[in-house]
Amino acid sequence: MQLFEFLNYDFMKNALLAVLIITPLFGMLGTLIVNHRMAFFSDALGHSAFTGMAIGVLFGIGNTSVSMMLFAVVFALLLNYIRHKNIVSSDTVISVFSSLSVAVGLAILSRNGNFSKYSALLVGDILSITGKEIIGLLVILVITVVFWCVAYNGLHSIGINQSLAKSKGIPVALLDNAFVVLVALIVMLSIRWVGILIINALLILPAAAARNIASNNREYHLFSVMISVFSGVLGLIMSYYLNVAAGPMLVLVASVIFFITFLARRLFHV
Amino acid sequence: MEKKVKTAEKGARGIRIKGRFVEAEKPAVYKKNAYKKLLKSKPCGFHRVVIDKLNVRAGATTILENVSLSIACGALTVIIGKNGAGKSTLIKSILGEIPYEGLIEFRDLKDNTIGNLKVGYVPQHLNMEKNAPVSVYDLVAAYTSRVPVFLHKSKKLYEEIKERLQVFDGASLIDKQVGDLSGGELQRVLLTIACTPVPNLLILDEPVSGIDRNGRKLFYKILNDLKQQYDLSIILVSHDLELTAEYADSVVLLDRTVLKEGEAKEVMGSEEFKEVFGYAAF
Repeated sequence: MQLFEFLNYDFMKNALLAVLIITPLFGMLGTLIVNHRMAFFSDALGHSAFTGMAIGVLFGIGNTSVSMMLFAVVFALLLNYIRHKNIVSSDTVISVFSSLSVAVGLAILSRNGNFSKYSALLVGDILSITGKEIIGLLVILVITVVFWCVAYNGLHSIGINQSLAKSKGIPVALLDNAFVVLVALIVMLSIRWVGILIINALLILPAAAARNIASNNREYHLFSVMISVFSGVLGLIMSYYLNVAAGPMLVLVASVIFFITFLARRLFHV
Repeated sequence: MEKKVKTAEKGARGIRIKGRFVEAEKPAVYKKNAYKKLLKSKPCGFHRVVIDKLNVRAGATTILENVSLSIACGALTVIIGKNGAGKSTLIKSILGEIPYEGLIEFRDLKDNTIGNLKVGYVPQHLNMEKNAPVSVYDLVAAYTSRVPVFLHKSKKLYEEIKERLQVFDGASLIDKQVGDLSGGELQRVLLTIACTPVPNLLILDEPVSGIDRNGRKLFYKILNDLKQQYDLSIILVSHDLELTAEYADSVVLLDRTVLKEGEAKEVMGSEEFKEVFGYAAF
């Protein structure tokens, strides 16, 4: 069939497999990120990839994924600590740290005019993913589903009212930190394929769209995952035939769906 | 019969009243079987929540100083005071959310033992926008069970929650979206969560606005029933002095420390009350 002609190429097959793993993962994660109003937080986290990579390059670590993950985990825990201190408006502080980490990363990576070597990190390249890396992503998906089954109720409760969650014996600090560490790891492991500039859109858009039309948690997750997978597959196919980068196409599809659900809510719900 | 009582005693915490073993509160959330029916046991009169010489500081400022209270089971204690008097701080310390000096404990005067204080809490508001995809079932189930609410709706749990909601006349709310509830309905749902399992101490932070007078009155009536039917103490932070006067067993006037404590008439007619609120209610 004409439409699936792109599957004749191995790199497209791999890309499709990767999309089929990454998108449900992001659809799921996004639900709680939106619930907890952490859109800006996860954005800052994505930006910290620069610093993580720079640190790896600086210390000559062969696999910069390791340094990226380590830095992101530390960064996430720090941001989370700030988020819960009500001293300064937390979005301002997150913004400061986000800018700082981007600046440090760019400064180091652009030494001797070498930045073009790393610019692929900005938009990502899902077409370059290998079979081994796909299996890695699959493992993360499984871990996330298990984590969700164990921790979702608690995290959901914390997002709605922390004091109430605490009074119910839910381990607030533990779950909250475990969650941001998980987000940090997933963002860093997928950022090479998705890109710093659009990774947050993929986390937020499907959940935000699902929120417009869902009335309970089951619907919320189902819609979010469905919208995410649909945008991923359609975006990938469109990128092939239109000869555009896959990531941006995917975000475009998800954005259109967001606006459709937004209108649907206004028309039918109120 | 005797044997049965003994085995029950071994496995569970509780007290003996007139030879009958009355189990204390059910184990906290996160445990299996947290969904037994609300355990009805009239107030025994021997349980006290004791707060002794409580001090809370934030940096150089003292928010609460030398607060001492004794709250009996079966009693509705209402805390009143101006904004910034330290009411929320007092609640936060009892909930264990902020560091404090002093003592907060749960005593059984009958045999002078100290038990584990189980607190139920009804917050002032939820951090949730109107269209949040959360049904009443989701809300209650997430706070009180381990069945992952994103994955499936357990039929058994659904029926249990419905039954619990019905204690506060709320069974019909179970499928509603939380954002669509009225202020009074939400309060009853939150009461259901706070009373699963039945706590020793129920703390309620009354919303300043959003509930009309009839709704508020109904709420005070529910509290009144609750304290008569269950073995628990109730602390209510109230903004409605009139209903406080009508329903409170004891009133605490708070302004950094306990200014006055006693029956509603006594407190509201006092000089201290007049100084804080600018008029005497009685």
